[in-house]
Amino acid sequence: MISADLNIILPEIILAIYAMVALVGAVYTGKDALASLLTWLTAAVFVVVAAWIGISGAGTNVAFNGMFNDDGFARFAKVTILLSAAAVLVMGQEYMSRRGILRFEYPVLIVLAVVGMMVMVSAGDLMALYMGLELQSLALYVIASLRRDSVKSTEAGMKYFVLGALSSGLLLYGSSLVYGFAGTTQFSGIIQVAGEGHTTLGLLFGLTFVVSGLAFKVSAVPFHMWTPDVYEGAPTPITAFFATAPKVAAMALFARVVHDAFGGVVGDWQQIVALLSLLSMYLGAVAAIGQRDIKRLMAYSSIAHMGYALMGLAAGTEMGVKSMLIYMAIYVATNIGTFAFILSMERDGQPVTDIQSLNNYSKREPGKAIAVLILMFSLAGVPPFIGFFGKLEVLRAAYDAGLAWLAIAGVIASVIGAYYYLRIVFFMYFGDEDAEGLDKSRSPVLYGFLMASAAVMFFGLINLFGIEGPATLAAASLVN
Amino acid sequence: MEEMLREYLPILVFLAIAIALGLVLILAAVIVAVRNPDPEKVSAYECGFNAFDDARMKFDVRFYLVSILFIIFDLEIAMLFPWAVAFKDVSMVGFWSMMVFLGVLTIGFAYEWKKGALEWE
Repeated sequence: MISADLNIILPEIILAIYAMVALVGAVYTGKDALASLLTWLTAAVFVVVAAWIGISGAGTNVAFNGMFNDDGFARFAKVTILLSAAAVLVMGQEYMSRRGILRFEYPVLIVLAVVGMMVMVSAGDLMALYMGLELQSLALYVIASLRRDSVKSTEAGMKYFVLGALSSGLLLYGSSLVYGFAGTTQFSGIIQVAGEGHTTLGLLFGLTFVVSGLAFKVSAVPFHMWTPDVYEGAPTPITAFFATAPKVAAMALFARVVHDAFGGVVGDWQQIVALLSLLSMYLGAVAAIGQRDIKRLMAYSSIAHMGYALMGLAAGTEMGVKSMLIYMAIYVATNIGTFAFILSMERDGQPVTDIQSLNNYSKREPGKAIAVLILMFSLAGVPPFIGFFGKLEVLRAAYDAGLAWLAIAGVIASVIGAYYYLRIVFFMYFGDEDAEGLDKSRSPVLYGFLMASAAVMFFGLINLFGIEGPATLAAASLVN
Repeated sequence: MEEMLREYLPILVFLAIAIALGLVLILAAVIVAVRNPDPEKVSAYECGFNAFDDARMKFDVRFYLVSILFIIFDLEIAMLFPWAVAFKDVSMVGFWSMMVFLGVLTIGFAYEWKKGALEWE
């Protein structure tokens, strides 16, 4: 019984043991001298675990009396999380070691955060949900302020911590209401009590609080205010991590809660999620226009993208979940390339994040400028690139679910948002002739990631690299 | 729904009284208290000599570190208590869960020891 349960969460256990062994092993031997090695090793472990989860059997396994689900949905999210975390670790390694902030705790904390995310996406119970969420969040608070001697970095960590604690409080309050009115913390029990059509007032309150707490974690408007400051303050490799894996995990958790626990009362949460989606799309599109700092700009961009992913979720259908998963996978692939570029932005060896520094970049490095152009077009949702197909999927899901107004609003928001992506392209190609430019990048790793990501944007339009099949299965396993 | 809410009526009454009483006590101090400050009254209190420093001083961050470590192990004891009291009824799974918990905690302790968090100088 218990060994069967442990078998199901074996990937998480192995990663947790790996984190502890790495921590103790490094602190008793080479300490920070081992940090680079540990970073590469951790990335390799992530890839191996992702492959293992990817090829492990189909079907749904439930462990610990329903506390932990291992289904197609969880596996899809886990593979995305692990691969993106591995990519970010490899990308940031050189940047961090050059600036003396590559401590051996960094990869260990990333592993712990990833374990938390894996528990989140597999949660079948409010307690497992909270355990995973806190394990993830606590590790993220620490790595946000990894650069301890920088005011901005510590401020980012502090803000993230205070607002994260507030959101955890909202989530816990909602959970306690749900438990009080449903009499159980298990999703399978809650969905029976919640019934079909409309649920009772008490459960509705609980649901609203839980959704608010989760909206904090996915940084949906009006719970987004920490995002730009944390993105700007945290060291860039860590910002890249924040923009990818935790977003996938939080979105998957969101989908799991609303479908596994409240799948019978779609009408009750649909309006809330649709509103979050609408506000996020517009605020992300409008507020980014005034940004001069590319990290802040990417923060607003991620808010807008979360709006589109939430649109898929708001549909409340199997197709909606599928489109959300595809959208998140595309978003992560694009962001990895974009952050690989941001990490390589330097002038005289110092990192710069001002978008003015991109002036005339196409003359200096035409190859990379083309790649960035493709990424920006994909983020904006311009047709030949896969960002467009991601948007198309969520719009279609929303339209089919009777949310035509939301789909139309989304199209308008994406047109507004295209302005600031295109402005970066404008700077690169038609910028000021004699402005001070960027150094020529020296990192082959970052170059590789940038080019690979741009290639994915372009060649993905053939068949989306076959992620559509797994995404369909994942959505089917969640919405049944 | 209504019946259930009625069961919580005493708590509501209690909350109302608690808030009202708290407000009364705070407002009473504002309204009735005699206020007539002078430099002696508002200065920091020292026993027998004039105050030579601000009462708000900077603490070494290591005090916080020690207190955080104390709280962690304090919580561990709080976790152990119910487990130990119900030890007769705890299954093998329960026993080993607690052992794993203690093991993880020990790893954290070994880390902070080796990291030098416990050294004062």
